[in-house]
Amino acid sequence: MSLRTTARALPAMMKVGFAEAVAYRAEMLVWMLSTTMPLVMLSLWNAVAADAPVGRFGQAEFTTYYLLMFICRQLTGAWAAWQMNYEVRTGALSRRLLKPISPIATYAVENLAALPLRSLVAVPMAVIALFAIAKGTLASDGRYWALVPLALAGGWMITFLINIAIGALSLYMESSLKIMEVYFTLFAVFSGYLIPVELFPPFLRAAVEWLPFRFQVGLPVELVTNAHSFPEALRLVGVQWAWVVGLGVGTAALWKNGLKRYAAYGG
Amino acid sequence: MISVRALAKHYKVHKRAPGLLAALKSVFSRTYDTVKAVDGISFEIKAGERVGFLGPNGAGKTTTLKVLAGLLHPSLGEVVVGGHVPKKREDAYLKKIMLVTGQKQQLLWDLPPSETFELNRAIYEVPRPQFKQTVDELVATLDLSDLISKPTRQLSLGERMKCELAAALIHRPLVLFLDEPTIGLDVSMQVTIRNFIKQYNERHGATLMLTSHYMDDVAALCPRVIVIDKGALSYDGGLEELVHRIRPEKRVVFHLQKEAERAVLDGLGKVVSVNHASAVLQVPQEAVSETISRALATLPVKDLTVENAPLEEVMSELFERSRRASASGAPVAPAANGTGRPS
Repeated sequence: MSLRTTARALPAMMKVGFAEAVAYRAEMLVWMLSTTMPLVMLSLWNAVAADAPVGRFGQAEFTTYYLLMFICRQLTGAWAAWQMNYEVRTGALSRRLLKPISPIATYAVENLAALPLRSLVAVPMAVIALFAIAKGTLASDGRYWALVPLALAGGWMITFLINIAIGALSLYMESSLKIMEVYFTLFAVFSGYLIPVELFPPFLRAAVEWLPFRFQVGLPVELVTNAHSFPEALRLVGVQWAWVVGLGVGTAALWKNGLKRYAAYGG
Repeated sequence: MISVRALAKHYKVHKRAPGLLAALKSVFSRTYDTVKAVDGISFEIKAGERVGFLGPNGAGKTTTLKVLAGLLHPSLGEVVVGGHVPKKREDAYLKKIMLVTGQKQQLLWDLPPSETFELNRAIYEVPRPQFKQTVDELVATLDLSDLISKPTRQLSLGERMKCELAAALIHRPLVLFLDEPTIGLDVSMQVTIRNFIKQYNERHGATLMLTSHYMDDVAALCPRVIVIDKGALSYDGGLEELVHRIRPEKRVVFHLQKEAERAVLDGLGKVVSVNHASAVLQVPQEAVSETISRALATLPVKDLTVENAPLEEVMSELFERSRRASASGAPVAPAANGTGRPS
């Protein structure tokens, strides 16, 4: 599929994606509520840190960390794996395959188009709270902040590509939703979503270094909470984008070969 | 325009006996069957032709259309459509074709059809003036003006199908694969869709391949039919010719002033049906004139018509012969134009 076709169709696709996202307001609200786990963890760790800090995390640092984690999760969400599983099983994927544009691009646009609206209420509130409550714990060096858009984009790409890879597995095994559940458990544990990576025991931290999960949401948060020196921050963003490239290549191969097995069930 | 040579599509299907024990056993050891959905069919279709692709349920019609549309990769054989190999799904190819199915939709469910039209315009890179002209034509021909701004989910089946066809034609495809486009529609909507499809073919010279279980669709649209059964081609030729081969007799329908005696009718030909106001007789083609003369002399005839046997009966007979032939290895009805497999 040509990039030019995709780029030209992008505004219309974004518009439709946005219109579809607002079609079901109740569903959107439920999705927002489902991403509030960092706020639950915030209250738990605040209670733990009431008497003494945990590592370098006092109550203020935990507040900063989890509010940022909440924001990052809102901005890097992707859910294409569920859509793909449904569409492969029912044959609805055919609708996408008949069009002269990559289905992966259409999944990406649909997911991205829904993000602004899903973030519309939650993110501004979290940002206000962050600057009102925890401003002193944020990085003051602008260079770290300059890396944040790159790290957020990388985080979204990794999340999206993992979704596509798991979705593409349904072409091989009919349903890959159980794999999605396993993935989400690993993500929750190893991404820093529930517990900051720096609080992990050393052997687990070493494992985290070799896994993609921390680069999905943990890294953007670490960048603005003084977790790394600047050279280390640069290295980590580099590793994050290496994951993007690696996952991109692997996912493309998985998708391309999987399509040969597509059965296009249903009329 | 369409060239299919020895096309085969085989599926591996997991086979399991019913019951809990069999379910548990299947976790550790599975047996598979190979289903030959399409088994070595060949045919050619010229640009602008309208061809009915017929067969009983499970014959392999939809599978073939999906291969032609590039959705399925063939197990064996060669397929070329408009100079493209469909399985490669090149942009240029996808811009030339469209597959419309009565049971699957491309319209965005929660949004009005006009949004799908606009999205298709962008994806197919249709120039704005051409898009406007096409939509205006489609809206006028299919009477869509009140429909295209309502959410798709609130449209009736027939309304949705009309919008579905419109969305499929925004980029003016040169090849249309239609899979049961009138399924579930009422008679008047079927006629509307049929007329529209014919008009599109004549206006744009589009090649058309149609599957339908409604023989009225086939009779109205397709001078040529390709028939497959159990994945194998059993007839390829003119529809009229098929009817004459399978059911060479004519049906003479008499509308009567009063009820006729059964014995008189039996003397004229094979009685297909009879009631107080009409009688239908089946007679050899060469005996039609004589039968009518005799009937006019002996029956209280108000009016009469001479017809072919209903297409449903012809197809049913053909499928039955095909089943018998595949059991015995004998031929069914030779391929008429030499492009299909002799059967």
